Amino acid sequence: MTTDPTTNNVKTEEYFINMGPQHPATHGVLRLILTIDGETIKNVEPDLGYIHRSIEKMCERDSYQQIVHLTDRMDYLSSHINNEAVCLTVENALELEVPERVKVIRTIISELTRIASHNLWWGVMGMDVGALTTYFYGFRDRELINDIFEETCGARLTMNYNLPGGLMFDIHPNFVKRVKDFITHFKTKLPEYDTLLTNNIIFQKRTKGVGILTKEDAISFGASGPVGRASGYSCDVRKHHPYSAYTQVKFNEALKTTGDTFARYQVRIQEMWESMAIIEQLIDNIPAGDYKVATKAVIKLPKGEFYQKVETARGELGVYINSTGTKNPYRVKFRSPGLSNLSLLNHIAVGGKIGDLVATMATLDIVVPDIDR
Amino acid sequence: MRIPLSITRSIHDWLFSVMPEGVASIVEMMLIATVFLAFFAIAGLYLVLLERKIAAWFQLRLGPNRVGYKGLLQTLADALKLVSKELTIIDKADKFLFKLAPYFPIITALMALSVFPFTEELHAFDINIGIFFLIAISSIGVIGILLGGWASNNKFALIGAMRSGVQTISYELSVGLSLLTMVLLTGSLQLSEIVAVQKHGWLIVQGHIPAIIAFMIFMIAGTAESNRAPFDLVEAESELGAGFHTEYSGMRFAYFFLAEFVNMFIIAAIAATVFFGGWLSPFGITESIPMLGIFWFGLKTFLIIVLMMWFRWTFPRLRIDQLLTLEWKYLLPLNLMNLVIMAFIVWRNLTIQF
Repeated sequence: MTTDPTTNNVKTEEYFINMGPQHPATHGVLRLILTIDGETIKNVEPDLGYIHRSIEKMCERDSYQQIVHLTDRMDYLSSHINNEAVCLTVENALELEVPERVKVIRTIISELTRIASHNLWWGVMGMDVGALTTYFYGFRDRELINDIFEETCGARLTMNYNLPGGLMFDIHPNFVKRVKDFITHFKTKLPEYDTLLTNNIIFQKRTKGVGILTKEDAISFGASGPVGRASGYSCDVRKHHPYSAYTQVKFNEALKTTGDTFARYQVRIQEMWESMAIIEQLIDNIPAGDYKVATKAVIKLPKGEFYQKVETARGELGVYINSTGTKNPYRVKFRSPGLSNLSLLNHIAVGGKIGDLVATMATLDIVVPDIDR
Repeated sequence: MRIPLSITRSIHDWLFSVMPEGVASIVEMMLIATVFLAFFAIAGLYLVLLERKIAAWFQLRLGPNRVGYKGLLQTLADALKLVSKELTIIDKADKFLFKLAPYFPIITALMALSVFPFTEELHAFDINIGIFFLIAISSIGVIGILLGGWASNNKFALIGAMRSGVQTISYELSVGLSLLTMVLLTGSLQLSEIVAVQKHGWLIVQGHIPAIIAFMIFMIAGTAESNRAPFDLVEAESELGAGFHTEYSGMRFAYFFLAEFVNMFIIAAIAATVFFGGWLSPFGITESIPMLGIFWFGLKTFLIIVLMMWFRWTFPRLRIDQLLTLEWKYLLPLNLMNLVIMAFIVWRNLTIQF
């Protein structure tokens, strides 16, 4: 029982409610234990473990080529970037220099993956605040990217296109043309997103000033990706620690300072524009050459610890490999962006309404298998 | 009871000639009830189909197109499925209230339907307090939602039901006041009288600025009354699962579902009757054929329904505090001011009449 002096000492009772593990707004099997007073959120406690598959433990059993395939199943919306992260770590450990062609193709596909992931996020974001039509608009454009992936590497979601040392196959002859077609198409479609959702007064009222995260909190919670950047925390790995072909391209880091749900939304929309700019700079001059360098059939990493971080669609993904010099890693640890982004949910959602929680969670853009590895 | 159409008149005469007056009245009432029930079912089913088709067109899809010609029988098949499904009641639910709840929205929707003038002569009950009756009846429907949400013994359902209660009580004021603004213009609460007045121009033209404001307020509040997006907090699926009808299955769920669509029809029909001249044709072009009134009434209602569906498939949902702010801080003062403006216009005789 709590008494609130502002409401004439009307006695209200807080109650618990289980949001999830089966709930449309948690985007997967995430359970949130909410303490609610009427509609006001008093406490949010995320309960994880419903989709834990021991990926890190399985990595200790597998060879370095096999680990790549497991990472697809973490953040499945940026599967290519996850693959790339592992490959880069292994390549760095072996001191293997991959051809320029590989770097450029990896970067292009990473950025396509980022656009596809943000497309899906945008559709779901709209759906979470009640605008169902956005979902189909987001998927319309995402399908085109998936078609390009399918043509090049045979898979649409869990791509497995990377190998330590290069790529699985060369790009499809149509690749360049189709990517260009997509860019032309998406440049006309992305403004539609603003017309349909961003400029909607109800949407802005729902998101502005909601779920505010300050820069200090963003840093102390380890927020990364669009969540951190919306709070003014410049944390783009592509800018600060460039890898692959990000050294060759010019792009702006999308930064906002307000740190509310709307800022996180805007950062992602702007990232789609930036990704298109990156692709446009690279797509016309993919260097000729091999699509992979030969590695030994059994890769053995030198003894030591290796770490590489990349920027996925959700934020900073770190891969830590501890090797004892055998064909299996001794210990693998992934620093997933989703876990630290989810950890700040309680901090920014308390005091809001149930609707605010859903909108806030949508802009954290969590992928549960990424949190629960 | 006024049924002077030739077919209905002959049925009426025949009934009264073959049986005593009391029995004939009861039989006649039951016949009318059956007609409305059939209308209810068909309107509900085909509005669902219309909604799905319109949603599909908005969302770059085809919509239902397999069952029957272009999917025309889809909702019929859905209804059959729902009829054949088990009616589950969860443990520790309040069984009596749980079973009772679905009837409220259905019965109120049916009662509201009965007062509409479909044409000049096709009119089941032409009571002199038609508008008042409609407002009163439409507010009973929420009891079903409250009961259903309470009896379900489910917290999500309860939140949905409470939201519904708050929402309906608030927005009823706006529905009532905006209709009252129009009643100032007509000087009558009787629906047939309201339509008759519009022979000199539809009320939205007659009352010009305040009438347009009243129409906009009525559309906003009416959408909220029928719990549709952007005011569908009652069943906000991203927040509450299915809201108040989470625990309902089979036909009990279908009752709630159909009632939502019939309520939408009722809101649209009130708007068509009060603002757009009901069964009157534009500029009196088909005045010589009174039966065409049903076509014009239907067309106007249809267009307003499409407008409401358009809202649903483009707007995000409001938050509960924003919903109440909108009503109590914006719509209600605006409405009261509008009422004064309308009174002034009627007093100074500034209406536009042809």
